[in-house]
Amino acid sequence: MLQFTNTALAGLVLGMIFAAFALALVLIWRSTRILNFAQAPMAVLTTYIALVMIEDGRPYWLAFVVALLAGLVLGAVLERVVIRPVEGKPDINAVILTLGLFIVFKSGAEVIFGTKLRTYPPTFGIRGIEIGDTTIGITTSDFFTIGAVIATLVLLVALFRFTDLGLKMRAAANNQEVAGLLGVKVGAMLTLGWALAAVVGSLSGLLIAAGGLVQPSYMDSIVVFGFIAAVIGGLESPAGAVVGGLLLGFSLSFVSGYLSAQLVALVALGILMTVLTLRPGGLFTATQGRRV
Amino acid sequence: MLTITELTAGYGPITALRGVTLTAEQGRITAVLGANGAGKTTLLRTISGLHRSTSGSVTLDGSTVTRVPAEKMPALGMSHVPEGRGVITELTVEENLRLGGLARGRVKADDLTRIYSLFPPLDERRHVAAATLSGGERQMLVIGRALMARPTLLLLDEPSLGLAPRIVTQIFELLKGLVDNEGLTVLLVEQNARSALSVADHGIVLNLGQVVADDSAATLAADDQLRHAYLGF
Amino acid sequence: MSETTTTTPSTDGATRGQQLSALWQDYPLIRHLVTAAIGLAVVIVVLTAVDDFQATKLTEMAYIAIAAGGLTLLTGLNGQISLGHGALMAFGAYTTALLYDDREVGTPLVVVVLASVLVTVLVGILIGIAAARLHGPYLAGATLTLAIAVPEIGKYFDQLGGDQGLRLFVPEIPQWATDIAYYLTGSDPSRSKYVAFLAWVTLIVVFILLANLASSRIGRRWAAVRDDEVAAELAGIDLTRARVSAFVVSAAAAGAAGAMFALAQRTVGPLGFSLNLSLTLLAIVVLGGLGSLTGAILLSGVLVFLPQIVMDLGSGADLDATRASQMATLTFGLVMVLVILLAPRGLMGGVRALGLRLRAARAGRRTPPATGGSSSSGAAPSPTTDPASPSSTAETAEPDDGSTPITTKKGTS
Repeated sequence: MLQFTNTALAGLVLGMIFAAFALALVLIWRSTRILNFAQAPMAVLTTYIALVMIEDGRPYWLAFVVALLAGLVLGAVLERVVIRPVEGKPDINAVILTLGLFIVFKSGAEVIFGTKLRTYPPTFGIRGIEIGDTTIGITTSDFFTIGAVIATLVLLVALFRFTDLGLKMRAAANNQEVAGLLGVKVGAMLTLGWALAAVVGSLSGLLIAAGGLVQPSYMDSIVVFGFIAAVIGGLESPAGAVVGGLLLGFSLSFVSGYLSAQLVALVALGILMTVLTLRPGGLFTATQGRRV
Repeated sequence: MLTITELTAGYGPITALRGVTLTAEQGRITAVLGANGAGKTTLLRTISGLHRSTSGSVTLDGSTVTRVPAEKMPALGMSHVPEGRGVITELTVEENLRLGGLARGRVKADDLTRIYSLFPPLDERRHVAAATLSGGERQMLVIGRALMARPTLLLLDEPSLGLAPRIVTQIFELLKGLVDNEGLTVLLVEQNARSALSVADHGIVLNLGQVVADDSAATLAADDQLRHAYLGF
Repeated sequence: MSETTTTTPSTDGATRGQQLSALWQDYPLIRHLVTAAIGLAVVIVVLTAVDDFQATKLTEMAYIAIAAGGLTLLTGLNGQISLGHGALMAFGAYTTALLYDDREVGTPLVVVVLASVLVTVLVGILIGIAAARLHGPYLAGATLTLAIAVPEIGKYFDQLGGDQGLRLFVPEIPQWATDIAYYLTGSDPSRSKYVAFLAWVTLIVVFILLANLASSRIGRRWAAVRDDEVAAELAGIDLTRARVSAFVVSAAAAGAAGAMFALAQRTVGPLGFSLNLSLTLLAIVVLGGLGSLTGAILLSGVLVFLPQIVMDLGSGADLDATRASQMATLTFGLVMVLVILLAPRGLMGGVRALGLRLRAARAGRRTPPATGGSSSSGAAPSPTTDPASPSSTAETAEPDDGSTPITTKKGTS
């Protein structure tokens, strides 16, 4: 029973992180029809910025905020300078471009920060919470992770549902030409979309890093899991991304807890192929027949 | 109001507009007619800045807007209503309308009320996704959305396309009312020449990107030869 | 080609030159075989000249080029993207390792390599069928998952050596090879040179097959599917079959590459097939011109030897080998981004385009005297058979309804 509870809790935390990352992918996909494979190494870069600051003795949370801001700037600059020229071009150009950026950011991180494993201090306590005389496998840090992702979600929903800016962003994502006719500065909205996505991506990078070991490839598998979570949710829908992330988090946690950690990626591949074959539109979309 | 002089535009090697010159007068409905491929839609797209002209000029209220990008036009008083397919499907009816109002800064509650009273069917469906609207409702929505920006000049692209004649009449009457009561200027592009001329004050006939006739609507409607050659009725 | 440019068109020599040129253009097999023979000679000369360290590097270049060659067909010619080719190489490599797990095994090398190819082909059929339904980013994501998942299989099964991987025993150099090598060079061949030779012979064989496929009807079908699915389907091409067959062919190349990898490294473990390998292969294909086999070989060479050059340049800056190879990868990534932004056809694509333009200019100069170049049909190869023209994808896919400053990407109905 304890193992079950702990596995489920681990799944919840993992799922939240996947959800955040999937959300970052969905934000960009919705507006530019580009899957940003470089999201993971971008998060690696911003996490290292925070790590270096912490190692230099700066305040932990200052480093945290700086990393998120760095993500914001990185996302915006990237969209303006590199992504803009391939928008509207054939798929394959954007795919290759973001993969090229993947290589650039990852090997860039290797060159700048080295490949040595480094410890990233946890956000809060890493001791399990005690209930009676049993210690369950969820820590204060985990609570922070869950809380941070939920807060991000609430903020994004508020932005998109209740603000004029959010309305313009949704319009630009849904129909660029018409949005432009209505006076929406489409280019600025796309830049903002990338910037926000990069912040959310950076957040997931920080949450994974906190309390663990960091090296430039530590996000490699997250890009895959985030992608799968987003696909489960239908790639279009932020809510779907969150549910997809949680589902994947639980599944993989149970595979890892009861079978073997090495099977995780394989099971993830299985889940992806099943979803793409049976429900290419994702589990939660009413509209079918999406071109995968 | 709107003056277009020697406007030329094209797509790569294809020239779609060849030196088009026309005026849309204040408080009038001007209809641009012609067969499919005559260059009507390109004309509207070039006026509103969606498409770049190769030469010629567009002036709105005396100031040149030839190279102004489309997203700046609503603030200058020009609203381009794309075909009925131009609703933003993912947003609700009200969100589409609000978006139209944002072009002028803030959305005013009065404006929303006005549009809902102009188009009662939209009032009933405020909070449903625009994707679920019928063709006629979509046409109302795109017109209503454009009006939210309180434009002085409305560019309308084929408002009758794919709609039942009854709804076409309704929409045209409503436009006529707006022009008569509020001094709105309308430049209307239509393939459905008969309906368009019944409501327009002035008509321009385009053929292969060139103006072949420019006269009052009544004169054009009475010219049998012209009607048979270019207007198909 | 150069003899056809002669300005006196009706002399005997020129006519024969033109006939030869026509032969060269019209029979790709002959062209490929001659190129291969020259290639083999060059390989022997080079391998004789270099030291063992360079031979090891050349082996690395060969297996990377073999896999990149397969991927070139898949991505360049058929328009499918795969980030899973490193993983496919793993299947070939593990097969070779399992078949040579003992010093006493006497299975002939050819059999082992073919078995590795076969296993990879079977895997390729499975993946190819799944991949045929996917487009662009979906396909990239799915194959990326594959690249992450496959090394984990190796870790999971003890029979596959777990984290450590499998050691394998490369068979002794056969007597005849020693004899020939002795006859040519006056010394016994070293093991690394032997493996390098094997890898390069494999490369030549694989590339002849790939080049012939690319210029055959099958290759033209692949290109047709890439350029315009709807048109291809209307022309009676089975899209799924074309996609799966392209995937399988490229998987076969990856299998052969994996086998050479195993022979060269002598250990096969999960670490050898990281995501980096797959990404590198894709980078080579893109920089090589998305469809140019020559480009794939050249860029593989650049990838393998660039770290050394970087290291030599940076020797003052105290650059170690790892750092240098990271710098090389970084350079690759940067160039890849630049290529997509500036020259979507890739480097070789640019060179090709230039070549075509020169040839067209020459053909233009040659045609006025009617007796001139009429026999040569090869002045301007038809665009469908030219594997280096992914640009046509770009052109056909561009919306021609109006090049608007703001493009609509979503239907609004």
